[in-house]
Amino acid sequence: MIAGRTTVDDALFVETPEGPALRGSRCAGCGAHTFPVQDGCPRCTGSSMVDVTLARTGTLWSWTSQGFTPKAPYTGTAAYEPYAVAYVELPGQLIVETRLVETDPEKLEIGMPMELVLTPFRDDGSGEPVHTFAFVGVSS
Amino acid sequence: MSEVAIVGIGMHRFGRTEGVSGRAQAVHAARAALADAGLRFSDMRFGFGGSHSAGDADTLVSELGLTGLPFINVANGCATGGSALIAADAAIRSGQHDVGIVIGFDKHPRGAFNTDPAVHGIGPWYGETGMMITTQFFGMKIQRYLHEHDLKPGALTTIAEKAFRNGARNPMAWRRTAIPAAEIEAAPMISHPLTQYMYCSPAEGAVALVLCRADKAREYTDRPVFLQGAAFRSRRYGSFEVFSPWLATDRADSPTVEASAAAFAAAGIAPSEVDVAQIQDTETGAELMHMAETGLCAHGEQEDLIASGATAIEGRLPVNTDGGCIANGEPIGASGLRQVYENVLQLRGDAGEHQVPGDPRVGFTHVYGAPGISACTVLTR
Repeated sequence: MIAGRTTVDDALFVETPEGPALRGSRCAGCGAHTFPVQDGCPRCTGSSMVDVTLARTGTLWSWTSQGFTPKAPYTGTAAYEPYAVAYVELPGQLIVETRLVETDPEKLEIGMPMELVLTPFRDDGSGEPVHTFAFVGVSS
Repeated sequence: MSEVAIVGIGMHRFGRTEGVSGRAQAVHAARAALADAGLRFSDMRFGFGGSHSAGDADTLVSELGLTGLPFINVANGCATGGSALIAADAAIRSGQHDVGIVIGFDKHPRGAFNTDPAVHGIGPWYGETGMMITTQFFGMKIQRYLHEHDLKPGALTTIAEKAFRNGARNPMAWRRTAIPAAEIEAAPMISHPLTQYMYCSPAEGAVALVLCRADKAREYTDRPVFLQGAAFRSRRYGSFEVFSPWLATDRADSPTVEASAAAFAAAGIAPSEVDVAQIQDTETGAELMHMAETGLCAHGEQEDLIASGATAIEGRLPVNTDGGCIANGEPIGASGLRQVYENVLQLRGDAGEHQVPGDPRVGFTHVYGAPGISACTVLTR
């Protein structure tokens, strides 16, 4: 459970006073960030990564829509479709791939400010929603 | 050091061939390539090959002949064929072997690829939440590219139109009907800004090539094509690749840039000398980006080249003359070798209806695939 909600993988998240954030890694040697956590640094090839809380806000870097229901391993529930995906730049850290709450192309513009939220993507066996992370536009 | 020549080419038609396994298509292509070179499988001193979904290439020897040759399986996603060719190039160039065969084949189920995240070292959450999908990556990559270079999406339609037009002229292509621009634009949106007809589909097919030391080429053919340069690269920190839960804020060139530069350098040939090019067009945005990443033109220059018809078969820089992945589909293991097959046809002057006019002398091929790899070749006659 993260922020009182069931998630696809709690290890992806950190709880902060401002709300859920993503858990990443930062290289103690060169400062490169990754998401999710990993042991090796893809920039300097070192192996001294430390856990870091990634920024909850950023800007839309690129985006697209998902026009068909994917095959397995996708487990989403139709009630939460269609969905859109994007890359959101978290300044000074990295550019994270994410689902978007907004799916209307007319309302998406590269550079717009965004914030992380939890969003349902499937129902579990008892009909309770399971959440993943998504970004939603915020007024600048 | 020996130079390397291609002396035999063979193909099993791309598309869907019900009732014929991927392995059977590979054997068909191999026999055609051997016949083209006037050789038998027992003459082959080595083999490299691969498929993604249709079985192990090294087991083809049970059909082709149990001759004891070293046959090495190659598995490099969309660059499987290109990687097999590079391995063959090294085997001959180093003097280890005089003559051998490369074989790429595949047979995929219908619909988009569904890859297990674990194969790429990514957690199950990535697939479960609907992000392990190649089509999304291509949508986001071209969305960003159009934004950075201030290009309009119209070129994405024109490229698809050309692909189907070229496919209609190629008897070995899968999709052989021209599709008007309006229909391409009105097709279902798969991943914005790319519609269904702007994407290639997973498919079936096989290609084989017989290669030998260049100084022996004329023993097998009077029209050898020389593999002047071949290079393979993987991604650098900061490039934007498929199946990436995150990207670095530092930007780096894609592996295409380095692989193509290395292939041109090895050949001692400049991109401006290319007469015919086959470049990875998993979707039309890929062709647009790869035209510049390979050095065939500058970033931003594509719009005018495409709109003016320069990349058509009769144009100044013909690109994907056989219809590319869009008209041929993508059997992952075979795709890269299809490009080389097409260039050999073009350089021999054997491409018939889709022959580039003017006696082309220099051909270029480029493949790109997951998880951020590229293989390129430069060919001359």
